[in-house]
Amino acid sequence: MKLVAHCRGWLDERFDLHSLAKPLKKKTVPVHKLSYWYFFGGITLFLFGIQVCTGILLLLYYRPSAGEAFESVQYIMTRVQFGWLIRSIHSWAANLMILMAFLHMFSVLFLRAYRKPRELTWVSGMVLLFLALGFGFSGYLLPWNTLAFFATKVGTEITGQVPFIGHSMMVFLRGGEDVTGATLTRFFGFHVALLPGITTLLILVHLALVQKFGISVPPSVEAEWTASPGSAREMKFFPNFFLREAMAWYIALGILGALAAIYPWGLGTKADPFAPAPAGIKPEWYFLFMFQTLKFIPSKVLFLDGEVLGILLFGLAGAIWVLLPFIDAATRHRGRRIVLGAGIFAVSYIVALTLYGYVAK
Amino acid sequence: MPSSEPHPKLPQRRRVVEFLLGGGLFASAASFIYPILRYLVPPVVPNLGGDEVVAGKVGDLKPNGSKIFRFGTRPALLVLTSDGEYHAVSAVCTHLGCTVQYRADLHEIWCACHNGMYDLAGRNVSGPPPRPLDQFLVHIRGDEIVVSRKHGA
Amino acid sequence: MSPSRRAFACFCFALLALLASSRARAQQANNCLVCHSALDPPLQVTSEQFSHDIHAQKGLTCASCHGGDPSKADMDAMSKSAGFRGKITRGQIPALCGSCHADAAFMRKYNPSLRTDQLSQYVTSVHGKLLAKGDSRVAVCIDCHGVHDLRAVSDVQSSVYPLNVARTCSRCHANADYMKPYGIPTDQFAKYETSVHHEALAVGGDLSAPTCTTCHGNHGASPPGVDTVQNVCSNCHVFQAQLYEKSPHKEAFHSAGLPGCVTCHSNHAVVHPTDENVGTGPNAFCTQCHAAGDSGSTTAENMHNALEQLRAGIDSSDRLLQEAESSGMEVSEARLQQDQARDALTKARVSVHSFATGPVEQDVQTGLKITTQTTQAGKNALAERQFRRKGLALSLIFILAAVLGLYLTIRRLERASG
Repeated sequence: MKLVAHCRGWLDERFDLHSLAKPLKKKTVPVHKLSYWYFFGGITLFLFGIQVCTGILLLLYYRPSAGEAFESVQYIMTRVQFGWLIRSIHSWAANLMILMAFLHMFSVLFLRAYRKPRELTWVSGMVLLFLALGFGFSGYLLPWNTLAFFATKVGTEITGQVPFIGHSMMVFLRGGEDVTGATLTRFFGFHVALLPGITTLLILVHLALVQKFGISVPPSVEAEWTASPGSAREMKFFPNFFLREAMAWYIALGILGALAAIYPWGLGTKADPFAPAPAGIKPEWYFLFMFQTLKFIPSKVLFLDGEVLGILLFGLAGAIWVLLPFIDAATRHRGRRIVLGAGIFAVSYIVALTLYGYVAK
Repeated sequence: MPSSEPHPKLPQRRRVVEFLLGGGLFASAASFIYPILRYLVPPVVPNLGGDEVVAGKVGDLKPNGSKIFRFGTRPALLVLTSDGEYHAVSAVCTHLGCTVQYRADLHEIWCACHNGMYDLAGRNVSGPPPRPLDQFLVHIRGDEIVVSRKHGA
Repeated sequence: MSPSRRAFACFCFALLALLASSRARAQQANNCLVCHSALDPPLQVTSEQFSHDIHAQKGLTCASCHGGDPSKADMDAMSKSAGFRGKITRGQIPALCGSCHADAAFMRKYNPSLRTDQLSQYVTSVHGKLLAKGDSRVAVCIDCHGVHDLRAVSDVQSSVYPLNVARTCSRCHANADYMKPYGIPTDQFAKYETSVHHEALAVGGDLSAPTCTTCHGNHGASPPGVDTVQNVCSNCHVFQAQLYEKSPHKEAFHSAGLPGCVTCHSNHAVVHPTDENVGTGPNAFCTQCHAAGDSGSTTAENMHNALEQLRAGIDSSDRLLQEAESSGMEVSEARLQQDQARDALTKARVSVHSFATGPVEQDVQTGLKITTQTTQAGKNALAERQFRRKGLALSLIFILAAVLGLYLTIRRLERASG
């Protein structure tokens, strides 16, 4: 270990590692019965890291053109050594990452960690959630199979319904009027360059904010601790919380491996733009609740087209969600109950409609 | 409350824990790195291209000979005429899907199922087939015969 | 002519005078319809009907066949001096149609690629021969083609469009009362409807599939002779016919006066044959002639067993591939190869027509070679599945060890720090 010490010394002389490390050494994490929720942000980050690594590996063999995409994924699954593992992990981790992101967001909401001074942490987190959904949407098309093709067609069609700018947005997304090989190339560009670039920056911002403001404590615990100051407990980030997080990450890795080996991701059939859409097309589960809502809204509500109304409602809901910390602060005492109510409603609504979307024909 | 002096069993316990941790970390890391390293090695067959396939080598076919090869997910037919021209078409008959064959005696492509006939460009000239066979482009690259899809779709 | 008829004719004339100016007419005026569209059947010919008629579309008028003067709108139109023939008798019809349609120089003016041998073919047909003997109940041109709304053959609604031919023939041939004097069966159409040919044509929309006229001819319609049935079938089923010609059955059937392919496959009820039709089982064709134990019977049984062997091989290989696929393994290449094995089975079933075990065995062996490979691919897929699960188990053990190590380290750290 003399070598390690020597290297450390060499770097320290030039970069003053000590002062860099100091705040990290002092970082603490509050300990209470709801502390387990603190893991979800880290797991989301870990899964993102998995996606970057497996994504880079997939890039070595994937071909983003309509004539070769499907065959290249088939090649990865059947010819490349352990290609099935890398690809299945990538697909499973994508879904798990989005799930963890939602759980993280809701846990922050219910534990009210978005309050002053952490409003911008919440906003940056919401944008990260939207980026994750963008990753999911763009990545889903890349294997160029029938389900993906038609899900993209329906999804971009819905985007086209937004008033005024909808059509331009749709043409921008599709790279033309229809979903074609141009759409595939464009989505590929979004998925491997544009979105990762923005996401990396935003993650750094989000982490910097978390570092700056420390880990928040839920109000109930806060009250307890203010009442009896001696009862406040915390643990050091390094090594205590970090070791626990490492455990969680390792377990997540094991689950991913098991899912990839026992339920490898399927290929589907190659997309044929001229074939009719298969019956019962639906998007991936994380868009299902929105899709199902649009199906429920009648085709005409007063003077508005039903789909447009649905899109506007979801747009409004998204905007409200991003602004939750400000709404909470502005409504004072009632703020807590408003946000709690909205949160419970959102969770129930999303869960109920996702389940319904699965069962419905 | 544990004493500040290590219990005689503790050093051994500690080593077990360290071994478990170190060994587990190392072994699990190896079980992640091993597949990744194998993955990085390109397989022998360079591509399963949907657009382009190596149908064979120059010299595989005799003049007025043919062979069936795979193009994507369907069979295809490569024909070398007596004047040295290569033709490649889809080998799936457009009538009911049987695999067609080259008839060296007739210099035409024939489907044995219901006597359908196609010319070397894939045009359906007689019998039940309602449509021509899909035509492919043939290029010679070195000593390889490369068959590719006609672009336009 | 009765007074009422005369009055009616005058009324028509007046009507014509009113409408003549606004009416756009093709080449010739065809005033016959003015009255005849308002009459009752059988004299009725409406302009709507006549508008579909290909002859009308080409500029012919009623007078082209019936004679008379179409420019007149009264009874003068039907004057004998203008060549009016009235209703054409059934016996006269083929000659009348042939007066244009058998004249190549004339038909060239309208459609140079139309054949002009219909009349000469017709006189060789059963219909033509019986008509010449004075039987006017047989089919003449208008019975199949229609008369005043005669559509082109390529028109989907034409009674002789390929999809409609069988039904047109069955108008007489399925009518037991009508066909009584001729002593031939009337179940052909019913039987044909059970056949694979009908299915291909009516259900599959394959216009190249055989209908009545494909095997019997259209204008020269006659049943193919007993000795020449296989020539007809061989137009599409080339391989089977070639094998049959070289097989022992050709001579045997010929001397027994059996009708070739029809002996086993029937003429109209050509249903999808099954592997059970070959061999010595209850549904086999072979046992109709071959006694148990004779060389033919042995060959039949051998052929049947060979087919069964390949079919069983394909089935079991498919099952293995299905199992592999449903547990997530990728076997699309093996499935493609399996299609070749199925091709081999089809070829083997064709080889049956050599009525010798050799060719059938050969094709079956080709197929079995492929199923051996696909079965191996299936087994490899399942082995790969096992390998993956073992690898997973191993890495899970390592992960568990690491997690346990982390847990114990945490415990140790925190116990030490009190």
